[in-house]
Amino acid sequence: MSPGAPPEVECTRLSKGFDGGVEVLREIDLRIEAGRTTAFVGPSGCGKSTLLRLIAGLERPSSGAVEIGGRPPAETLRRAGLAVAFQDPSLLPWRTVRGNVELALKLARRRPRPRAVEDLIALVGLSGFGDARPAALSGGMRQRAAIARAMVTEPGLLLLDEPFGAVDELTRRQLAQDLPRLWEARETTAILVTHSIHEAVMLSDRVVVFSSRPARIVADVRIDLPRPRPAGTTADPHFLALSDRVSAALAKGMGDRADGLAAQ
Amino acid sequence: MAISDTGSRRMRRAAPRIPFGGWPEAGRATGRAAISAGWWCASLGLLVGFWELAWAVGWANPILLPPPHIFLADLTDQFRYFDPTGGRAGAMGEGGSVWSVLGVVGWTTMRVTVGLVLGFVLSLFVGVAIRYFDVVGKLTLPLVTILAPISPVAWIPVAVFLFGIGNAPAIFLVFVAIFFVMTLSTLTQIDQVPKEYIQLARTVGASKRQIYRHVILPAILPGLFVTLRMNLFAAWMVVLIAEAVGVGSGLGQVTMMARNTFNASLVFFTMTLIGLTGFLFDKAFGLIQRKVLWWVGPSNVGGL
Repeated sequence: MSPGAPPEVECTRLSKGFDGGVEVLREIDLRIEAGRTTAFVGPSGCGKSTLLRLIAGLERPSSGAVEIGGRPPAETLRRAGLAVAFQDPSLLPWRTVRGNVELALKLARRRPRPRAVEDLIALVGLSGFGDARPAALSGGMRQRAAIARAMVTEPGLLLLDEPFGAVDELTRRQLAQDLPRLWEARETTAILVTHSIHEAVMLSDRVVVFSSRPARIVADVRIDLPRPRPAGTTADPHFLALSDRVSAALAKGMGDRADGLAAQ
Repeated sequence: MAISDTGSRRMRRAAPRIPFGGWPEAGRATGRAAISAGWWCASLGLLVGFWELAWAVGWANPILLPPPHIFLADLTDQFRYFDPTGGRAGAMGEGGSVWSVLGVVGWTTMRVTVGLVLGFVLSLFVGVAIRYFDVVGKLTLPLVTILAPISPVAWIPVAVFLFGIGNAPAIFLVFVAIFFVMTLSTLTQIDQVPKEYIQLARTVGASKRQIYRHVILPAILPGLFVTLRMNLFAAWMVVLIAEAVGVGSGLGQVTMMARNTFNASLVFFTMTLIGLTGFLFDKAFGLIQRKVLWWVGPSNVGGL
């Protein structure tokens, strides 16, 4: 498999508990198709971020396994085959925006690509801010820089954990238009954790809905809206119908917890 | 794009806050410096005033506690006690000048600086090695923890046994005064590097060496400089003791000589010199710190 080719991701009976007996994930079976965009939605604290970290190889499962393109995550990490953008942009404060993006290339042992770096910085709407240090940027600008950093290594698998959290509404819509075009052009497998139903339906080919902790899959909704999806898509009856389905599943997943609390 | 516009406007508004960024700001900075200098004078004046008053009223014996107007009266006479070579310890030198005083101060400053640089570099090296190589950590950490609480004063005989009399024992003692603290501080700093920085590097396949070089090292430097600066005064205290005991020249030796010859004026004159030198040393260090750690805002640099 070439380093850039999008892999499929397979989770088998994946469970994760933390010290003190908090069970976050219980026996998740999930197969994520190569080259598609999948969104994870669920109540906050339900464990969808933990699932993402397990896929990224940043946590070890308590039981079960994750395979990326048929191999354990550690191997994908070594080949720089995946990239992560966390909710917290975590830009290195001593490097400029450009320096942060370039460092990702350097750490991945790739050749410098000044042109591609500039293009990415422009794509996330930070033209003219390449020399700015993170401290001089707003929260939204930092998150956009973090997205550029994640995409610069052209990973086959892109993991985004609420990457638009601190981005203002206008930029958010702009990014929702531009980013999928970028990762579709290169056939990236993308996983997006979000609690915005709108964003999930707009950006992805499939929305997986999780229940509250311990997370189980309560719905798996295929988003068969044609691409590209212009801004007007949000008024499309089919878009609204799909959003309603996700929304209903989410409410059902939360309801489980409410029932659980009532029973206690 | 509308968003970039607001962003650049914010940048432009922020720009004049950089020192020397514009005339009106520079003028205000000068004004602020003048006010700050005024308070400095008032603070020093308070001590001098009390002292002079105590002398005028007759509480302070001018032989034991000569006030500033006495011990600063005959500078050329004071200068004669300063011999940078240390060849005439305990006696007056011939034709001492401002230059011989600066020479003595220079030697002491050199010993502090060399000791600090050695201590900083080696502690950084050892601290990183402890975290980087598991075996080094297991072998070294207990030793460092046991040696850390031993006062540099207890090391004085060891310094003299090892290095005899001269510059080396003084430099060694300054080194000892900061090395263990700085090593432990390096470890703390490494452990406090945000784990997201390291995880993000790991997700793109960075090796351990790359992570240490590009992420951990730059991340711990600001904290280490703050620790180093806090230990600056400890280094100055130690060098004076070392000079009094094991060098035979420098400010510490002059102080010891003044004590032995019951020369109170010289004692206070030397103390003034030590205070001034230490103050200037700290200011110079602060400047270096700001130059090297340009990414840390001024509010985060050790209370500057």
